[in-house]
Amino acid sequence: METKNVMIVGVGGQGSLLASKLLGHLLLGCGYDVKVSEVHGMSQRGGSVVTYVRWGDRVYSPVIDKGEADFIVSFELLEAARYVPYLKKGGVIVTNTQQIDPMPVITGAAAYPESLVETMKAAGVNVDALDCLALAEEAGSLKAVNIVLLGRLTHYFDIPEEKWLASLEAIVPPKFLEINKKAFEIGKNAGV
Amino acid sequence: MKELMLGNKAAARGLWEAGCSFISSYPGTPSTEITEEAAKFPEIYCEWAPNEKVAMEAAFGACLAGKRAFCGMKHVGLNVAADPLYTMSYTGVNAGLVIAVADDAGMHSSQNEQDSRHHAIAAKVPMLEPSDSAEALLFAKLAYELSEKYDTPVILKMCTRVAHSQSVVEPGERDVPEKAYEKNIAKYVMMPGNAKRRHPIVEQRMADLAAWAETASVNRVERGTGKTGIITSSTSYQYVKEVFGDTVSVLKLGMVNPLPEKLIRDFAAGMEELIVVEELDPIIENYCRSLGLNVHGKDKLPIVDEFSQGLLAEKLCNETKESVSLDVNVPVRPPVMCAGCPHRGLFYTLSKNKCTVLGDIGCYTLGAVAPLSAIEMTLCMGASVSAAHGFNKADPSNESRTVAVIGDSTFMHSGMTGLANIAYNQSNSTVIILDNSITGMTGHQQNPTTGFNLRGDPAGKIDLEALCTAMGFRRVRVVDPYNLKECDAALKEELAANEPSVIISRRPCALLKYVKHKPPVKADPEKCRGCKACMRIGCPAISMKNGKAVIDNTLCVGCGVCAQLCAFGALCEN
Repeated sequence: METKNVMIVGVGGQGSLLASKLLGHLLLGCGYDVKVSEVHGMSQRGGSVVTYVRWGDRVYSPVIDKGEADFIVSFELLEAARYVPYLKKGGVIVTNTQQIDPMPVITGAAAYPESLVETMKAAGVNVDALDCLALAEEAGSLKAVNIVLLGRLTHYFDIPEEKWLASLEAIVPPKFLEINKKAFEIGKNAGV
Repeated sequence: MKELMLGNKAAARGLWEAGCSFISSYPGTPSTEITEEAAKFPEIYCEWAPNEKVAMEAAFGACLAGKRAFCGMKHVGLNVAADPLYTMSYTGVNAGLVIAVADDAGMHSSQNEQDSRHHAIAAKVPMLEPSDSAEALLFAKLAYELSEKYDTPVILKMCTRVAHSQSVVEPGERDVPEKAYEKNIAKYVMMPGNAKRRHPIVEQRMADLAAWAETASVNRVERGTGKTGIITSSTSYQYVKEVFGDTVSVLKLGMVNPLPEKLIRDFAAGMEELIVVEELDPIIENYCRSLGLNVHGKDKLPIVDEFSQGLLAEKLCNETKESVSLDVNVPVRPPVMCAGCPHRGLFYTLSKNKCTVLGDIGCYTLGAVAPLSAIEMTLCMGASVSAAHGFNKADPSNESRTVAVIGDSTFMHSGMTGLANIAYNQSNSTVIILDNSITGMTGHQQNPTTGFNLRGDPAGKIDLEALCTAMGFRRVRVVDPYNLKECDAALKEELAANEPSVIISRRPCALLKYVKHKPPVKADPEKCRGCKACMRIGCPAISMKNGKAVIDNTLCVGCGVCAQLCAFGALCEN
């Protein structure tokens, strides 16, 4: 099998490490060779962060380059737009529509671009956009945005739901499991 | 059982399996998790030392005592620890001693992009370089074997993409070999007479290791179909395989110092074209040239930044992947001080008073970023304090507006000696210790001022006020950086004072779990005049919407600094 690539992008502190951990666990359990590459340190401080998840028969590079991502899972709309060049032709962006202003926008040095979902679609990008913050709130925790997105991602993966749930149970601390299961279901059923 | 494991965790696992019993390190991205993960094994004594030099010397002492020992650090940390390293090369070890150094090509979280292989060559110690987590585990174990067999410290060289990538490993069991300490003055006391006798032993050892490297399984040839040969190591190997698969032959080097001459010559012999693919400096490439081999390297590939498969495909095959670009200006998202960061109020005060701020290494380096734009120099750990002294001595008119800012952990690392210089040589300098009660940027490690050890248990606690007083500073005061008036008054008084002073700006990092947050600040659109005074502190929780200040309730921790800036009472603490 050709190596498949998912990029998880967002703003430092949004919880992308849990999402990549869950995907890594899931894909290893499916018998694939897996590599996950993370960012630690300074760039975590509210900066643009990206995590790479790759799987296949034999994965070499731990990173994903321009034009290679089968999927981009984005926690924030501007970050989805930032990483569009990394998407493979025919790839899909699953994005939260939440907008978080970066410092140049806060200080007025730059503007947050308008209608980004439409702009991406007009450029021929497959965009699956949903208001994950509202959905996470529905599940009972604003912090469950990551699991809502993963629930949504199940549509594009040929992996049975019970495997996803088993990984969720293995990765998420027991006291948060119920909320995260709910977030997963809500993400999975959103807009379907 | 197979497991997906972070490179640093795999290295820690390898240390444990090899029977490592003592670890002393200083945190530094991307090396920190090796020590943090190792600390999860109760069999290993683990500590954070004040700096890398102390850590390495502590580890040396432990190996003398007969325990396999380790210390870990980032690339620039090895500069700090270079002094013991270069002479440990002469003394050799008793039980095995392994040093991990993590380079940061691409400078994800570093102040320079130096190539640590130079240190291994200059210090004449072997260096192993894993290319993924499985090798990180295996090489950590091998490093101990080599250390004891060849009587030398061994460096395990990580890089960001190996340290912070997870790949599949198969963990094994722990085996603890121990040695007794034996007094041996000729070996361990490096005064000239003894060191003269040790130097030839060092040279012989490196020759022996080079001979070992010729046939060692860590250096392997993977025969491909074409007539192109690529010599590579570390994460570059992964990019080579990704791009070329089996169409080229690859000499994958697991030991990068010393290099295997005959293996390289034999590999080159059958090739029409030879390329060295290595990040940063042309070390393997220059070695090949010294053998008279005709190789490509930095003529095709950059000497700066990290590599990727896309870069190799472009530079070596002239291929680029098709990709979409948007016709939109996407604003950058640089890292920022967190909402509620205690550094913010202090930097606002420095900025407002138009101080010349000589900075240091930590989260607070972000004080250089707009809109605070306060810091004017950052060099290396501790340099703020020492450089402020030089800056003021060279031109005493600087004294009334210049400050050094340094974090609590960085101060313990190498700020104390700079402070001693101010006390001793008497510059009228003002030093501000940003005491947020933790080592922040590397992800919350304890340090000698926090009162807790690496595992979070109660430990010795150095009293910063008492320390500065003992050094001879009569003006030592503590301020709360959430209180702008207090900060402003203290700064003005200490800059005006006719003697050196220390201001301790004390407030724990807002991300610490024990820190209780207040409810978000309330913005009153009726009272807000849209003057943007609150925007001067660069808080990510404040933005302007339709000419009025808006607070992001998911980010705001109610620190109240913004409220102190509003002249119209539009921002209220709850």
